[in-house]
Amino acid sequence: MRDEATFKVKAGLAEMLKGGVIMDVIDQEQARIAEAAGACAVMALERVPSDIRRDGGVARMSDPEMIQSIQEAVTIPVMAKARIGHFAEAQVLEALEVDYIDESEVLTPADEANHIDKWPFKVPFVCGATNLGEALRRIGEGAAMIRSKGEAGTGDIVEAVRHLRTINGEIKRLGGLSEAEIATAAKEHAAPLELVRAVAVSGRLPVVMFCAGGIATPADASLVMQLGAEGVFVGSGIFKSADPEARGAAIVEATTHYEVPERVLRASAGLGAAMDSIESRKLEESELLSNRGW
Amino acid sequence: MPPPGAAGDPITVGVLALQGDFEAHGLVLSRLGAVVREVRVPTDLDGLDGLVLPGGESTTMTLGIERERLADPLRAFHASGKPIFGTCAGLIMLDREHLGIIDIRAERNAFGRQVRSFEAPLEIGVSGGPVEAVFIRAPWIAEHGPTVEILAEVEGHGVAAREGAVIVVAFHPELGDDDRVHELFLQSVRDARAAA
Repeated sequence: MRDEATFKVKAGLAEMLKGGVIMDVIDQEQARIAEAAGACAVMALERVPSDIRRDGGVARMSDPEMIQSIQEAVTIPVMAKARIGHFAEAQVLEALEVDYIDESEVLTPADEANHIDKWPFKVPFVCGATNLGEALRRIGEGAAMIRSKGEAGTGDIVEAVRHLRTINGEIKRLGGLSEAEIATAAKEHAAPLELVRAVAVSGRLPVVMFCAGGIATPADASLVMQLGAEGVFVGSGIFKSADPEARGAAIVEATTHYEVPERVLRASAGLGAAMDSIESRKLEESELLSNRGW
Repeated sequence: MPPPGAAGDPITVGVLALQGDFEAHGLVLSRLGAVVREVRVPTDLDGLDGLVLPGGESTTMTLGIERERLADPLRAFHASGKPIFGTCAGLIMLDREHLGIIDIRAERNAFGRQVRSFEAPLEIGVSGGPVEAVFIRAPWIAEHGPTVEILAEVEGHGVAAREGAVIVVAFHPELGDDDRVHELFLQSVRDARAAA
């Protein structure tokens, strides 16, 4: 009578990650450091976003052997990225039994029109979103967790803030709408009507929403948590900094105590240099990762 | 629904909020009439009638308990006779190899990776029939002492247990609409308060 891979157990794992920090790692050593720093999950990938940005070229799913070595190194959940629309990469990651698949704009999109149909998969998916319509379209396709996109690999928090404020503002504005207005809002957001209605009634997304893209400091984590994120992804911010052990633990501490300035203060002190950063407004349109996906 | 407090005074239940699905527990407990307080530092335990250790990542929670120096205050809370309820990672935190508050040894991720996570109806001895149990990368109880009562099993492994004022389950009653497992815990909180 066992019912595996229901939407409840997919979305339920994201519930278990709440209040936590998911860290990008490229090898076993980083995975162990992340786990010891208090990460609630790791994202296994060959190159962190700042390196993908620097190297250029097509960014693909990581070598399964590398992902497997990280699965062997830690007991916390291991996530991995597939290209947008690349359902065959997702099938490989499912065969590998990763715990979550990130259909990610950080990799080069494989399909210019379609995201992956995520419903047939047993492994849950997390997807990026810059606004409410995009989040609900992904959930409509079967995503069990959403992350605001931000601008990965920059160390600049401004895009993450914009995306969080946009999503939460749009959720707020659905409150109190009549049924007729909800139908119009669904059209405007280009999102499934039943999901728009559910958000209008509950005042929140039907799945957990983390923040990603640009978090580099404990105060960044506190900021996005206060803006309504339920946890954070940190990509380049930890292992591209001077002291990943200390910075990782500090961002974990600040995520737990995000409402207590004294604790964020304590977590912020003496961490050494943050990652090298790029002001995202200085990037060319074609260099923006957050524009990928629709 | 009976008033939650023995003398009409609402009971106050803490939920360990270092990481995990503490908010979901808080919603269920509020719905059942308890006053809920999130617990992140030792002083948050003061004056609580009972405590929930939620689901989440047990490694993250272990490190959080160390960082906040919560282990001894949590053991003292238990020693004072206050009821404690642990779900999934919470069950692990309470076992012999972690806080040592219940005489069990948990096997972590015992059912396998996320693709093996499942829902199943489970008879755990509450009235009204089986509960719909949600198991997510769940542990099971590999060993237990003689004073531990196993309340439910899946494939021969304990997934719910009770010892004195401590209740643990390997699944997530906080993720559904069925509040009976939380009600069982709140009853033990009311009983403990009436006896104090």
